[in-house]
Amino acid sequence: MHHLLPLLVALPLLGAAVLVATGRHLPRIAAEITGFAVSGGTAALAVVLLLDSSPPMVEWVGGWLPVGGESVGILVVGDGPALGMATLVSLLTLAALAYSWRYFDQPPHGRTGTFTALMLVFQGGMCGFAIAGDLFNAFVFFELMSVTAYALTGYRIDEAKAVQGALTFGVVNSLGAYAMLMGIALLYARTGELAMTKIGRGLDSAAGQGGPDALVLASFVLVLTGLLVKAAAVPFHFWLPDAHAVAPTPVCMLLSGVMVELGAYGVWRVYGTVFAGPGGIPAADLTRALVTLGAVTAAVGAVMCWYQRHIKRLLAYSTVAHTGLFVIGLGILTPEGDDGVALYMLGHAGVKAALFACAGVLLDRFGSVDEHALHGRAGQLRATGVMFGIGALGLAGLPTFGTGLGKAITEEAVGGPLTVVFVAASAVTAGAVLRVTARVFLGLGPRPEDAEYETSGSDEEPETPGLLGRIPDTMTIVPAVLLAAALAVGSVPGFGELVARYVNETGSGGAHVSVHWTLHGAVLGVASTVLAAALAALAVTRPRWVAAPDWAAPLRRLQSGHVGDYVAWLLVGATVLGALALPGVLGG
Amino acid sequence: MNTAMHVLPYLVAVYVFLTGCYGLATSRNLIHAVGCLAVCQSATYVLLLAVGYRDGATAPVFSDIEPGSRPVVDPVVQALTLTDIVVGATVTALLLALVLQIAKRHGTVDPDELRELRG
Repeated sequence: MHHLLPLLVALPLLGAAVLVATGRHLPRIAAEITGFAVSGGTAALAVVLLLDSSPPMVEWVGGWLPVGGESVGILVVGDGPALGMATLVSLLTLAALAYSWRYFDQPPHGRTGTFTALMLVFQGGMCGFAIAGDLFNAFVFFELMSVTAYALTGYRIDEAKAVQGALTFGVVNSLGAYAMLMGIALLYARTGELAMTKIGRGLDSAAGQGGPDALVLASFVLVLTGLLVKAAAVPFHFWLPDAHAVAPTPVCMLLSGVMVELGAYGVWRVYGTVFAGPGGIPAADLTRALVTLGAVTAAVGAVMCWYQRHIKRLLAYSTVAHTGLFVIGLGILTPEGDDGVALYMLGHAGVKAALFACAGVLLDRFGSVDEHALHGRAGQLRATGVMFGIGALGLAGLPTFGTGLGKAITEEAVGGPLTVVFVAASAVTAGAVLRVTARVFLGLGPRPEDAEYETSGSDEEPETPGLLGRIPDTMTIVPAVLLAAALAVGSVPGFGELVARYVNETGSGGAHVSVHWTLHGAVLGVASTVLAAALAALAVTRPRWVAAPDWAAPLRRLQSGHVGDYVAWLLVGATVLGALALPGVLGG
Repeated sequence: MNTAMHVLPYLVAVYVFLTGCYGLATSRNLIHAVGCLAVCQSATYVLLLAVGYRDGATAPVFSDIEPGSRPVVDPVVQALTLTDIVVGATVTALLLALVLQIAKRHGTVDPDELRELRG
């Protein structure tokens, strides 16, 4: 069975190659069906492999097996979390392709299937990153998915904002990737290995009785910088709102739903296999670094989310806030935290992709994603409005959504004062989405006033051929299915236990964790939802009470749209990360 | 003297990386910025090759030397560097294409004048 692992990458890439080679002769419908078949086939393969992933599979690609314990081959690992991420990637790609059925303008002559081919390469890159077992190939797949994501973000090259957002995205993410490669080179210099587990063992034996030294700290900071740029942790997050606001809607579904989460997954994987030993970074230091960055990320994401009027940008900031929560949950390094985050990611992928899909309907129906300009105009889009509202409740963590279950378990694992961060971040982001629902779909409250320093979201070009008179069924069915899936993650009995079993087999040596709804978690989930509804009601009826206060203005000015500023913040972030992890190295 | 020569390539790599970052942060022209990103990437080439260097070793090509007859430098890092160059070429080409479109749509390549996405 393990011989099939590389197909998770090879299938989508082959499909893309076929589409590029024959695209000019294919009618559009054939190209799109090919895309479905390849993407769906990969998804089916990922599910089959996932069900067979206990005990975990290992495959040396091309039969380059280790000789005498040393290897130079490409290693792919098929364990629960890796194949779970690959499955999520593939299913979400399938959903995005279904959503974009006959979506874009007729592509220029001779370029049929370009978009589908790019989506398949994106899928292949993300699957490859999920199953990569050695650090260098993790870097290669990291870059493959990044480059495809830049191209997809700037797919509508006639749009001024789209190309600007794609360039910012490209520069910041590639710089992060190069930092990661520097870290990988240092690790190779110390251990002479590239496979993650072997680097981990090499660091331990090189350290001997002593602890980590400056080289280990430097490689840790460099590798985590790359991964945290992808995970959009503050202050590495600036590229994300710019890219998500301008990317085509089906691409946003993938970027927010799974690509950003892959960054957090990478942090979990790399720390657990490379730096967790006695020669790596002590657990207390990782917890300090990740919990601090995660809490700041959640706070900044939530505040910025609340003050957006550009609906896609608002959703992008809510992704920043939720990734902060994921980083906190992974940072505490307990099996319960890992399980909670895994479930939270699954639920969040469904909810966030559905919300982006609904925002896309607004864009293609009205040519605008501006909360102020759309005030009261979308009343006739009942199905979309209902789904937008339900998505907001899912974001708040209402039982029995998957987001709710994941959040409840993570909250319980984290415990203490950080519970406030979880409740507040999910309530504020959900409140912002509910506010949009109330204003845009229900037309409640007065029309809000314009602020000075913001991206409005008016005058956007629809992505479909002209403004839609009638919403195609695919654009309604896909978000409905995604929301149902997010609900199922939290409601189907036994699903949580199943996810926990897969995650813990790799993460914490098969620790048994009971994953189910508790009264405590359900009460906090309901509390977040009530708080979100109250915030939204306040915003709609008394806009002045919750308008941006003076202290929020500098925070908004940081998001300057200037790529140089973002690079400077990346360096600041790397320094902060080093400072947070320093005590353990000094103590060792 | 010898220690200094061994540390030098690593210092060069750090210096090149930070120079590229400085250029990116202060760039007034997006083409220049993409160039600076390529400079940052060159630091990874220097570092990788420095990691594989051995005193008195030759290139790891066994067509004309007997395996084991004399030391060779680490071929793994050279393979990594080649892959890295391919990745870098892709990124640079794509980003330059995006800069071209920015020049067409915005009429400028000065990042200070691109202020559409903010707040």
